[in-house]
Amino acid sequence: MNLHAIRAIYAFEMNRAFRTLLQSVVSPVISTVLYFVVFGAAIGSRIEEVNGVSYGAFIVPGLIMLSLLTQSVTNAAFGIYFPRFTGTIYEVLSAPVSFVEIVIGYVGAAATKSLGLGLIILATAALFVPLRIEHPVAMLAFLVLTAITFSLFGFIIGIWADGFEKLQLVPLLIITPLTFLGGSFYSIDMLPPFWQTVTLFNPVVYLISGFRWSFYGVSDVDVGVSVAMTGVFLAICIGIIWWIFRTGYRLRT
Amino acid sequence: MPDAVIQVSNLTKTYSGGFEALKGVDLHIRKGEIFALLGPNGAGKTTLISIICGLVNPSSGQVLAGGHDVVRDYRAARSKIGLVPQELTTDAFETVWATVSFSRGLFGKPKNPDHIERILKALSLWSKRDTRIKELSGGMKRRVLIAKALSHEPEILFLDEPTAGVDVELRRDMWDVVRRLRETGVTVILTTHYIEEAEEMADRVGVIRGGEIILVEEKAELMRKLGQKRLTLHLNEPLDAVPVSLAAYDLELSSDGMVLTYSYDTQGERTGITRLIGDLREAGIRFRDLETKQSTLEEIFVSLVRSPS
Repeated sequence: MNLHAIRAIYAFEMNRAFRTLLQSVVSPVISTVLYFVVFGAAIGSRIEEVNGVSYGAFIVPGLIMLSLLTQSVTNAAFGIYFPRFTGTIYEVLSAPVSFVEIVIGYVGAAATKSLGLGLIILATAALFVPLRIEHPVAMLAFLVLTAITFSLFGFIIGIWADGFEKLQLVPLLIITPLTFLGGSFYSIDMLPPFWQTVTLFNPVVYLISGFRWSFYGVSDVDVGVSVAMTGVFLAICIGIIWWIFRTGYRLRT
Repeated sequence: MPDAVIQVSNLTKTYSGGFEALKGVDLHIRKGEIFALLGPNGAGKTTLISIICGLVNPSSGQVLAGGHDVVRDYRAARSKIGLVPQELTTDAFETVWATVSFSRGLFGKPKNPDHIERILKALSLWSKRDTRIKELSGGMKRRVLIAKALSHEPEILFLDEPTAGVDVELRRDMWDVVRRLRETGVTVILTTHYIEEAEEMADRVGVIRGGEIILVEEKAELMRKLGQKRLTLHLNEPLDAVPVSLAAYDLELSSDGMVLTYSYDTQGERTGITRLIGDLREAGIRFRDLETKQSTLEEIFVSLVRSPS
């Protein structure tokens, strides 16, 4: 294991985050605060409790997930796309590093960033609504697992993308709608029966449901199913990345 | 070859579009030499370097670097190699110090600020160490790329067109850097457009054309072998025409009639110089000076790549 290389990539990526602290932390925090103001304080006070949780508190796990997913994908995609775009990727490809080490470096840094952001948003939320976390360890585990899984997904996007448009397309057209429709703002049993079935094909449903369970002990789907589905998605991402490095897809001609 | 630090055997590369970039290349690079790889654009220089450095997968054949297969044993092979790419591909927002330190870590070496300091000083980058790369000139960026390639103390250094777009002064500086590297035992392989560069620096020269190595030779030997020499005679009195008695020598007379030029092959059994001078005396032609001139490597190179294979 080339630990020096992992550390070099990781530190390099983290430095990039600190250099752009304003845009990488402040803007997601502000948008989350706006959600709390609108849905928590303004509209939320007129919405009934959901599963015995006040609406303002109910949306906290979903909002954290929304930021976590978007930031994980964006961070990791940008992290690997940018060196491809500028050409500096040559150095990583000519270095004595295995793809496992490259992925740990880039994905680890992206996951760390979005994890940090998730925790900041959680702290911000605590200022606006009364929070309780019934299963803190599970909550952290869900955060970490989701951050890693979606950073892997972002890494794939960053390799697949051949322009900045595609890089933004996936978070915009896939992640955001899936998260909004994945029960961030409602419990899926509020939906008509037909849409309840359809929504089960949305992988984000399982993430949000499991994550919300770690807060309030209630969930749309069984927490075991949530963990399993996250694991499946993680395995798919790892499989695709393994294939990318084996074939050199978009990396080596 | 026992002292070969790089052994390329029967290497081929066909790109997915069907373009055959390398057609069975065999090449041995000796430890500690400066090897210049010359060839026209599209000849396969960069493809060859890219395969050795791990940027391009070979179609078939084998490359050993420091005795390690560059595909199967890539860790050992690559940690011995430093690459300075042709394009000025650098980070923009990082400082010189950060990017060079990053390279060292990437190649699996523990931090060593003293070593980085030595490199930056040797490349006149020390005063720029805290400058962001985007604020540097093109020549300075080139130096940063060299510093990155040297950060992990490689035994083999590839310089792909190192002085393209670099001013004359900086080019001289880089040649000095490369020579100093050789003194420390580093093997240097450079591709270049500037024949002058190969002529100035290289111990051996390889010429690649159409994906094949058509020649590998000691530079001095190459110039001797392929070199045409010219004997120039500065006459005491002008001639109207070359005398008939000297027609066999194929002499050229300058327009003012004061200079006679005789071309001969240094490889020839007889150069004919003694006889020519005898015949000149016979014809009553006296000269006040004479000089001989070797073809430059450029002239040799142009004649090589132009001739049909």
